[in-house]
Amino acid sequence: MTLFPNVHCAHRQVNTTETRGDRHINKTVLLTATWYQNVNPLETRLTLNTDFVMAFPQPKPEAPQLPKHLLRTIDCQQGAVRAVRFNADGNYLLSCGSDKSLKLWSVSRGTLLKTYSGHGYEVLDADSSYDNSQICSCSSDKTVILWDVATGQVTRKLRGHAGKVNCVQFNEEATVMLSGSIDGTVRCWDTRSRRFEPIQILDEARDSVSSLKVVQHELLTGSVDGRVRRYDLRMGQLHVDFISSPITCVCFSQDGQCTLTSSLDSTVRLLDKSTGEMLGEYKGHKMKGYKLDCCLSSKDTHVLSCSEDGHVYCWDLVEGSLSLKLPVGKAVVQSLSFHPTETCLLTAMEGRVQVWGAELEDTEDAMTT
Amino acid sequence: MASDSDSEEDFVTYGTPLEPLEEDEPPKKPIPLHEQMVKDEKGRYQRFHGAFTGGFSAGYFNTVGSKEGWAPSTFVSSRQQKAEKHQARPEDFMDEEDFSEHGIAPSEITTSKEFTSSRRDAVKEKARAVNAQAALIPGDTFLEELIAPARLSIGVELLRKMGWKEGQGVGPRVKRKARRQQGDGGQRIYGCALPPGGSEDSEDDDVDEEFAPEDVTFAPKDVVPIDFNPKVGVQGLGYRGLDPGLALLGGGAAEHIDLFRPQSESRSQLFGGAQRGSRRGGVAGQAFGVGALEDDDEDVYHRDSMSRYDKVLGGEEPGDGLFGWTAPQQYKKSKDKSRDASYLGKILEGFTLAQKPAEEKTIFPPPDLPRDYRPIHRFRPGVDISNLPGVSPALAEALRTSRGHMVKEEPEQGGRHKMDSGQRRALLGEDSLQGPSSVMELLRPEDRERLQNLRNTSNLLSNKTPTPISQEALRSAVTLASSLAAKASGSADLQQQQEALAAWKGVQTTSQTFKPFEKNASKQARYEMYLNRLKQGDKDALEQSLDSGLTEWERSREREEFVRASILYRPSSSSLSSRFTRGKHEEDEDSVEVTRDQEGDVDDKQAAVSMKMFGKLTRESFEWHPDKLLCKRFNVPDPYPGSGMVGMPKVKRDKFSVFNFLTVTETKDTAAPPKPPEPGKRSRWDVSQQKGEKKKEDDPLSELLTAARNQTEIKTANSSVPALPAPTNTKSQTPETGAEESADQEKKEGGAEEEEEEEEESRPPMDLFKAIFAGSSDEKSSSSSEGECEDEEKKEEEVQVQPGSINLFNIPSSATSSSVSTSATTSNTTSIQQTVASTLNSTQEQEEFGPKLPPPAAFATGGTNRTNEEAPSKKSKDKKHKSKKQHKHKKEKKKKKLKKHKHKGKQQKKSKKETSDSSSEDSQEDGEGEERQVSTEELLKRLKSIKSQETW
Repeated sequence: MTLFPNVHCAHRQVNTTETRGDRHINKTVLLTATWYQNVNPLETRLTLNTDFVMAFPQPKPEAPQLPKHLLRTIDCQQGAVRAVRFNADGNYLLSCGSDKSLKLWSVSRGTLLKTYSGHGYEVLDADSSYDNSQICSCSSDKTVILWDVATGQVTRKLRGHAGKVNCVQFNEEATVMLSGSIDGTVRCWDTRSRRFEPIQILDEARDSVSSLKVVQHELLTGSVDGRVRRYDLRMGQLHVDFISSPITCVCFSQDGQCTLTSSLDSTVRLLDKSTGEMLGEYKGHKMKGYKLDCCLSSKDTHVLSCSEDGHVYCWDLVEGSLSLKLPVGKAVVQSLSFHPTETCLLTAMEGRVQVWGAELEDTEDAMTT
Repeated sequence: MASDSDSEEDFVTYGTPLEPLEEDEPPKKPIPLHEQMVKDEKGRYQRFHGAFTGGFSAGYFNTVGSKEGWAPSTFVSSRQQKAEKHQARPEDFMDEEDFSEHGIAPSEITTSKEFTSSRRDAVKEKARAVNAQAALIPGDTFLEELIAPARLSIGVELLRKMGWKEGQGVGPRVKRKARRQQGDGGQRIYGCALPPGGSEDSEDDDVDEEFAPEDVTFAPKDVVPIDFNPKVGVQGLGYRGLDPGLALLGGGAAEHIDLFRPQSESRSQLFGGAQRGSRRGGVAGQAFGVGALEDDDEDVYHRDSMSRYDKVLGGEEPGDGLFGWTAPQQYKKSKDKSRDASYLGKILEGFTLAQKPAEEKTIFPPPDLPRDYRPIHRFRPGVDISNLPGVSPALAEALRTSRGHMVKEEPEQGGRHKMDSGQRRALLGEDSLQGPSSVMELLRPEDRERLQNLRNTSNLLSNKTPTPISQEALRSAVTLASSLAAKASGSADLQQQQEALAAWKGVQTTSQTFKPFEKNASKQARYEMYLNRLKQGDKDALEQSLDSGLTEWERSREREEFVRASILYRPSSSSLSSRFTRGKHEEDEDSVEVTRDQEGDVDDKQAAVSMKMFGKLTRESFEWHPDKLLCKRFNVPDPYPGSGMVGMPKVKRDKFSVFNFLTVTETKDTAAPPKPPEPGKRSRWDVSQQKGEKKKEDDPLSELLTAARNQTEIKTANSSVPALPAPTNTKSQTPETGAEESADQEKKEGGAEEEEEEEEESRPPMDLFKAIFAGSSDEKSSSSSEGECEDEEKKEEEVQVQPGSINLFNIPSSATSSSVSTSATTSNTTSIQQTVASTLNSTQEQEEFGPKLPPPAAFATGGTNRTNEEAPSKKSKDKKHKSKKQHKHKKEKKKKKLKKHKHKGKQQKKSKKETSDSSSEDSQEDGEGEERQVSTEELLKRLKSIKSQETW
């Protein structure tokens, strides 16, 4: 486990080079990798791309672990937790409260580190920058706020959206904040300049933008008009995928070749990014009225989604079969976030955030030490 | 003397005692004068005056505290400690001495403004109240209000206590009678005597004359204090100096000098008023002789004759004479306003008396009414009074006569407002308008006739007794309404054609008709030919005007269009159009600018989504221009370096033509399922399978789509013939479900209907598809797809959240004739009802905009409710899952097909996985298996799935 960060880095590099080169190869790699049920696709990719690993006997692939065990429950004391997010390295978590506050917690200890207050209404989403120096958050008060993590001061408060802002994300270098709002626009805010106007307004959506994700040079937005839009900055292309049902959440897969969309027809779909073909469909959960999150596990082995029946559903990515139905509570699971590298899951229900891990004791020890 | 020492203490010592002389001491040197300085208690040299009262205080010793004479202060202002904005007051520059008892600003304890008994300043009060609102404790003043000081002087207060009211005079209350007597008695007081009790205006007296009860007393009249103008000149008393105004304006002849009358000149002079009288112009006065300009020298020397003086006291004094000559002039009702003002003496500060009287407003008198004008308005038509119930004959008579009067006086030829437009046009010499002159002409003759009938009967009715309700009128009204309704809902083409014929028959308008097919010249020509034939009353105008070179399908299409257009633009509307002029500038409105992504057919995509054929069909790609800065921030090169555009490029698109919105009056009650059925269950891997087929055909994907759609069309074609006028009910439906279903169907189709009809336009006839898809036996696929379709539909229901979900449970019972299912439905209706209710509830909740956020903390009550409601639906979901399981192996097969070329030999692992999967699934189901009860749709589904498996 300690080696993991390095591996992850390598994977990143590989990935970037590949995306610049032939995108198709990578996709097939993923498919072949995921063809093995129990093989970690990441490792397979490494074996394919780097020859030296082949010299050693391959370790027996272990079954992908699932965050089955409840490690701790954090009572956030900030009303309903609208969203819970890991920071870039997964050591901290951000909880967006309906009492206008944004709180920063330590995942391993469950202690409150800082409270960021300055929003005028409930906070709906937050994201932390890659270097943990800044946080951006958005709220029902139509503003997007850029926070200084250490001091807790508002660095910038950006107004411009005509309605509540559903989602916000930094780009990879935290130079741009992208926020999607109920007014159907995505606004790109510059964090470098002092301008208070967005760099660009993407108003292609014909209904509320419920979710957006940024990876490298691509922006993925999901809208209530039932379309997933992918803006490719490098190619200058906009790809629109029609899903028909209002989209609640969109995600990129970790390898950046697939997109995951959850919609109000209680279906999560895995689409091929480049062609828009459907690679998988995941059902069984209930998502009919609420804007709930979905995500992929850190190794792209599983698809996870919130559900209105108080469970987190976890499907096998390839099989499409339900591999875990995590009972979180009785109410609606509002938000979830998967650890960027480890098997660790955050769920938010009502005013509580729950941390789930693969093993009960070991992970806790590892984290504390 | 012994008490001396004691009494010493009682002495008041005054001044500083002299020091006892010491005899031995040499006498002290007297202090030189320049050293005899008075110092204050602080050792400073005492000044006897402050800086503001002539004291001189600058300097070294007498200074404020430093050698320089001032205390220099350093200005400090930092971010933490902002320098206060110092508001310099005069007190800051004063010395202590100035504040002392004899200084200019003696600081002594005085009653503050609030505590003085003077009247409060209302404006300030308000300002204070406003400030108080903004203060820390809002409404701060109420504390002050608690210790509200006396606002009135003690005198007023006392008077009030004694019963005095503002506006009254002071003194004992008087009886009216006594006062009158007093006035009559002639007890006049002259000189500076205080006015007696008071009086009222003579007017009041007159009024009171009649009403003067004994025991009623009146408060005395208030007395306005008199201000005397002080005498400022050095002239003698009564001297009247030269008043240039008077002198020049003239006043002339010497008049009677009345010493006693208050209005006498001398007195008015005394009060500083302007001289009254009519003196001649020119400079004249006691001090002057006859001017050169004065022509009459009669009165050169002011002759004073005794006749100008009163020799008898009293007499013709006006008023009640209650006041002496000191009585206020106001009281005298002087006509001169300026004098009034002068009497007031104290003019408000900042105001001066106007030299000229205020300009009087010219008020224009109302126009003279004609002599015979009667201010009565007669409403027409006049009520027939004799017919009114409950009106006495006398009243009726009176009314009639009065009315008759008026009628007689009415001018025969009314003014220009009485003329109607025709008369005015005749006068102006204008041509009459081309169009019909009344609305009646726009109606068709038979309708007009009916209306006429209706009117006649109603007239008859009103003229005759009201009791017989005219059957005729009613009948005609009903027929009219029904005919209109039939027209509105008229579904038959034939009827439409006849209508068109009736509308166009005998119409001579030529050029003004609207050209609906301007784009297509030949079509327009055909249309015009058709119209011409119509005008000639040709019965089969339509068939003759159509081009025989066209295909049957095109012809049928065109036929429909022509009929519709001819009805829509029937001559009545063209005659209407003659009343309006066209806009001068007619721009090309046929295209609208839209962004690229708004193009495309949602319907196709919807179909694709429902078939889970994501990919090509659902994917659209557009050119999109990111902002330059955005590219820079994302560290990517600008994809379109040259273009200055940002966002999506705009494209022009055809506007919808009128015919896109015309609703064909086809039968709408076809029970076509909204979503096209498909042969067999499609999984996500089906896409590529379809692609495999694609190689055989040219464009199979779209073909497939249209085919799928067509299947539904075929169904509809079976059930009803679109050309037939009456809706046919050939479906084998149980009546109640049928009705319900069709209602649902309509609801569901609602918006999508028009698009579907549009598509029809662009689609080749059905036969073609039949020919193509003959191999894939229709009946089979349709029957087998029925079950799948149901599954699909279920999903669809989830997608489009609408009350139509009831449909879900009704379709199977109607579509299949299996008795099992129907019996099951009846047995299990309660549970279904429950689910329906729950879904309905949920739809009601989902009125909001987009996906909402979960409720923050209403879980104590709402949560439990929800779980209760959801129980059945959850169950059904599980079942669905299970039914899906049954297809599992089928899916696997496909999966293999897809991946086979990529890798082989992984199947063992996979199958292993499968088993484990299914076992887990089973275990899961086992948990819930007990509570599960087999519902109708479950049974149905199983049945269907078995069937479909067989077909596969």
